[in-house]
Amino acid sequence: MAGASMKDIKLRIRSVESTMQITKAMELVASSKLRKAKERQERCRPYFMELKETLDEIEAATSDFASPYQGRREIKKRCLIVIAGDRGLAGGYNANVFKAAAAIMEDGMPTCVLPIGKRAVEFFARKGTEILTREFAEAADISVADCFTISRLISKGYLSGQYDEVSIVFTQFISMLTQTPASEKLLPLERQERAREQGLRPLVLYEPDPVAVYNAIVPNYIAGMIYGSMCESVASELGARRTAMDAASKNAAEMIDDLSLRYNRARQGAITQEITEIVAGAEH
Amino acid sequence: MSTFHLKISTPDGMEFDGEVERVRVRMIDGDVCLLAHHADYVSAVGAGEAAIVTADGQTKTAACIGGMLAMISGEANLIATTFEWSDEIDLERAQRAKATAEARIAAAKNDKRELMLAEAKLQRALVRINVKH
Repeated sequence: MAGASMKDIKLRIRSVESTMQITKAMELVASSKLRKAKERQERCRPYFMELKETLDEIEAATSDFASPYQGRREIKKRCLIVIAGDRGLAGGYNANVFKAAAAIMEDGMPTCVLPIGKRAVEFFARKGTEILTREFAEAADISVADCFTISRLISKGYLSGQYDEVSIVFTQFISMLTQTPASEKLLPLERQERAREQGLRPLVLYEPDPVAVYNAIVPNYIAGMIYGSMCESVASELGARRTAMDAASKNAAEMIDDLSLRYNRARQGAITQEITEIVAGAEH
Repeated sequence: MSTFHLKISTPDGMEFDGEVERVRVRMIDGDVCLLAHHADYVSAVGAGEAAIVTADGQTKTAACIGGMLAMISGEANLIATTFEWSDEIDLERAQRAKATAEARIAAAKNDKRELMLAEAKLQRALVRINVKH
């Protein structure tokens, strides 16, 4: 009742209904895209597992192994790859990633950022953080080839001493309902503490030599890590959006129920008033 | 001729899984051709044409960029970043990519990063065009 006329309430019901249609559609779109994103992630996994195994194998098989990708040098500057979404309306997805990135940057070490996704680019531009490149502003369109480009870029920067550590901040897809931000170190690569003296190993011919092969494979492996995190983040974004849109649709349904009740009460009130007026008129 | 098992995988899934007579790939230091009973071998793939001769004698070529080629106990494994059979290459797209990359290189001038990105794109486009021809 609350003074709102029947017409006003009816208009509001109609607008909430159309909002609900949109949120429902967005939820469905997110669900179907989510399935594809998960498939993509599964498909690329064997490829990168194989590379990782080869890297470990080369390191274990070579007695005097030394690669610039493993160097333990003093860390003066770090590079952070931050993967966020292109759009909002995904619950706390973007905010959570930025919070995780801010937590890492809290120690005050000079940091440059390679943002992926429009939201990430905007966020770091606003904060005034040094940005490596704005090339990758469309998280949804990042292909394997783009990940290789990113990987080559950061490998080169790392080797030339622009920064001494590279980490990636992304969102882990735990379940349809839970996605948590995570960070992982990409460079320098962890030294394998696996015992070297495992007895006889098959003699493998590395051409031109083990370290050259290792160094050539590392950027591919890193690209794989980026692509994997990328797929996981995209899946998380869709998951978060699905949940948020589901909640929004439920809220809309609740509002419509509430408004319908008010509409009916107002209608009833109007009728009662009319009858009272007619009856009062007849008595005279 | 004796054959061996070859698997070609890319980030987008498996491209080939079967018996072959030989496989030739452009590595970081030149072309390498593996035959059956090759010693255990691992090397990194460069950018160029790859060719396989399948068990029934057919030759197939492809554009193959980045990754590694391994032959471990008689089984070959080609892990390629990009692997496109010649009949799947979109020539028009490659030529368009070549033109865009060339334009970017011309415009980049002193921007090293931009130059590097564009050069990588140009190389990929050229490999595709060469394999197609």
